[in-house]
Amino acid sequence: MARFETESRPAGYDGAARERVGFFTDTSVCIGCKACEVACKEWNLLPEDGFVFTAESYDNTGALGSETWRHVAFIEQDVPLIQTAGDGDDGNPMRWLMSSDVCKHCTSAACLNVCPTGALFRTELGTVVVQDDICNGCGMCVPACPFGVIARRERDGDGRAWKCTLCYDRTKDGLTPACAAACPTESIQYGPLDELRGRAAQRLESVQQQGFAGARLYGEDPEDGVDGFGAFFLLLDEPQVYGLPPDPVDPTKRLGEMWGAAAAAGAALALGVAASLLGRRG
Amino acid sequence: MSDHRPDYYGRPVIKQPVWKAEIGWYFFSGGLGGAAATLALVSRLAGRRDLARRATLVSALALSASPPLLIKDLGRPKRFLYMFRVLRPTSPMSLGSWVLGAAGTAAGAAAGSDLLDVAPVAGETARAVAGLLGPAISTYTAVLISDTSVPAWHEARRDLPLVFAAGSAASAGAAVWLAAPAGERGPPRRLAIAGAAGELLAAHRMETALGELGEPYRRGRPGRYARAARRALAGGAALMTAGRRRPLLGRVGAGLILAGTVCERFAILRAGNLSADDPRYTVDPQRERIAGRVTS
Repeated sequence: MARFETESRPAGYDGAARERVGFFTDTSVCIGCKACEVACKEWNLLPEDGFVFTAESYDNTGALGSETWRHVAFIEQDVPLIQTAGDGDDGNPMRWLMSSDVCKHCTSAACLNVCPTGALFRTELGTVVVQDDICNGCGMCVPACPFGVIARRERDGDGRAWKCTLCYDRTKDGLTPACAAACPTESIQYGPLDELRGRAAQRLESVQQQGFAGARLYGEDPEDGVDGFGAFFLLLDEPQVYGLPPDPVDPTKRLGEMWGAAAAAGAALALGVAASLLGRRG
Repeated sequence: MSDHRPDYYGRPVIKQPVWKAEIGWYFFSGGLGGAAATLALVSRLAGRRDLARRATLVSALALSASPPLLIKDLGRPKRFLYMFRVLRPTSPMSLGSWVLGAAGTAAGAAAGSDLLDVAPVAGETARAVAGLLGPAISTYTAVLISDTSVPAWHEARRDLPLVFAAGSAASAGAAVWLAAPAGERGPPRRLAIAGAAGELLAAHRMETALGELGEPYRRGRPGRYARAARRALAGGAALMTAGRRRPLLGRVGAGLILAGTVCERFAILRAGNLSADDPRYTVDPQRERIAGRVTS
């Protein structure tokens, strides 16, 4: 199948293509302040999520959605934060994982691939953005996304699909996205993707040396099922603990297999119809 | 390190499909219309003009119901023409919109030519176009839902097209049988019975191949639809077989087959929602995939 994306610069822009940018979210230094959530809502003029109490730790946001483009997850676990080689742990029997989730801006983006109108497109910065003046709300991108990021906004009869734009209106003018600018601990880092990957590898090594046994990078591998995330993470536990899929795949990668099965079924249908006319009249 | 809960407060990993009942009815009308168009073309080639005309009319009616159903389900119905803004090969919904537009127009033109008795050459050409596109209309919807991250659909990607094709044959056969004059009922009856049997077998094969992911097809609302579909298809096929010389039995049988194919489409549609809503269905197969890569 034709590939529409390239690694460090997006295809189709020729001279206008710029270095691919993204996020590296280092969850090991996230303090759960939700400044990213607030800054995102402020800059992108998103409505509030409602004053609900979920009783899910400090998370009253719940999940990413059409009006929530950053979501801080809170996970409480009865295990020590770090295991040192010597005496087992740091003495604290409980740890609190926090992670600010966001659209992954996949290299092989399911939402973009299945969009029938061209409303979803790849910008000259390599990010994935919905054009709100084109989306007709068909809903195809919603179940296509392997991360459950994009959603249809039903408020006030809007009916269109919305998600993080990686602050396209800021990044195209060289500004840092609102969430990264607001993050007080540099848990959310913005920059050229290649540079972020290098920084993340170093950070992983240092965190592992400090005794975070479960630390891992998530989405930094260009060989994964979505050919690498534009927004990737350093996690301290398995992805599903954070509500993330452990092995996400862009379903359109298997389109050849699907059309093959459809062609066989279509041929069987045509043969069946022909066979039904073979019998005697009546 | 993960001896604690393997999910995030039991919340789904992926979003549920937003499609409403209109899409279930569209799977039915599009499948029926597509297979009827092919039946019309083959009947005409076999020299059975009467049957061809009836099948074309059934096809045109079914395909004319399809666009309104799709438009009604859009978040922005007034923007339905944006479906034809681009042609995206990677988007089954884009390809399907174009094929449905072409096949629906052709079936309508062929039916118009038949009814008004005008432009016979153009009418036959339109019948051929619709008939050739028929199998695509009947099966692309299976690709459309397979091309998602919904476990009960995506993991059934090899089997879903056959379920849709067989269901299309069954419903088209039953509908054309109801519309056909007494002497022309053989082919649609055979098509309806074979299609119903095929759908039962294909759906069974799909559920078996899915293993644990087949659960959403047996549980709750989709499970009830699936069981109703099986009973209606089996009963309908039996009645249509017995009803060769008893039109009343045949009519009941054809009605049951139509109802069965509708139920099967709703079973598939809602099994998708059920499987999307439970993180286990998303996470478990992915973890197994990772484990398989590590050990191999």
